[in-house]
Amino acid sequence: MQPINRTKIEFESKSANEAFARLVAAAFAAQLDPTLEELADLKTAVSEAVTNAIIHGYEQKPGVVKMELVLYPDSIEVTIEDQGVGIEDIEKATIPTYTSKPELERTGMGFTIMQTFMDSLDVQSAMGEGTKITMKKVFHKK
Amino acid sequence: MEITVKQENQILTVFLKGELDHHTAISVKDTIDMLLVKTPFKVLVLDMAGVTFMDSSGIGLIAGRYNRVRSIGGSMKIANPSFSLTRILKMSGIEKLMKII
Repeated sequence: MQPINRTKIEFESKSANEAFARLVAAAFAAQLDPTLEELADLKTAVSEAVTNAIIHGYEQKPGVVKMELVLYPDSIEVTIEDQGVGIEDIEKATIPTYTSKPELERTGMGFTIMQTFMDSLDVQSAMGEGTKITMKKVFHKK
Repeated sequence: MEITVKQENQILTVFLKGELDHHTAISVKDTIDMLLVKTPFKVLVLDMAGVTFMDSSGIGLIAGRYNRVRSIGGSMKIANPSFSLTRILKMSGIEKLMKII
């Protein structure tokens, strides 16, 4: 299926931009007229991915987070990328309730929420190079 | 995020209004923890009727306050979460720890 629209933004790894990123994703997806529940799913997954980039990727230090949104006739593909520390063990990081930062009251639920609320999730990461998360949400699924 | 508080008969109710994410959870956590130290209470009720968005940072906030309240012998409840908040609460297993009313 050919994309029908595309946008790309980048922003500083500041926690205030978590709300900005999920609102941009929801506003762009609105072109496909998703249901409120589908939009809530998308916003939550984007919020988790951006929060991960800020807390884990950049360890709350300055950095740049990139978000690309590609619309297809029936779905949106979201790519969120950081050039932070990378994930040592992706399998471990995606285990529900596993967190490397319990002291920050992280729950280890981020990847579980992304997997549950989106239709696909792909995580690419290299130590010292960064992490790229690609996820897709299909709208109006029968 | 707007926070208002009501205290009645040993019940401390904290009303949250706005979006609860990693960014806003930090100040909410500090405010509630200060209240827990200053206010005599037996039950902490987190009223989420005004919360329009929540991600896993909200779960972390709730679980952290639960541990704190339990450590001083109190109990905790969540009140009035929306449909989408309820889904996240159920997914996290929080509903096994405390009542959702």
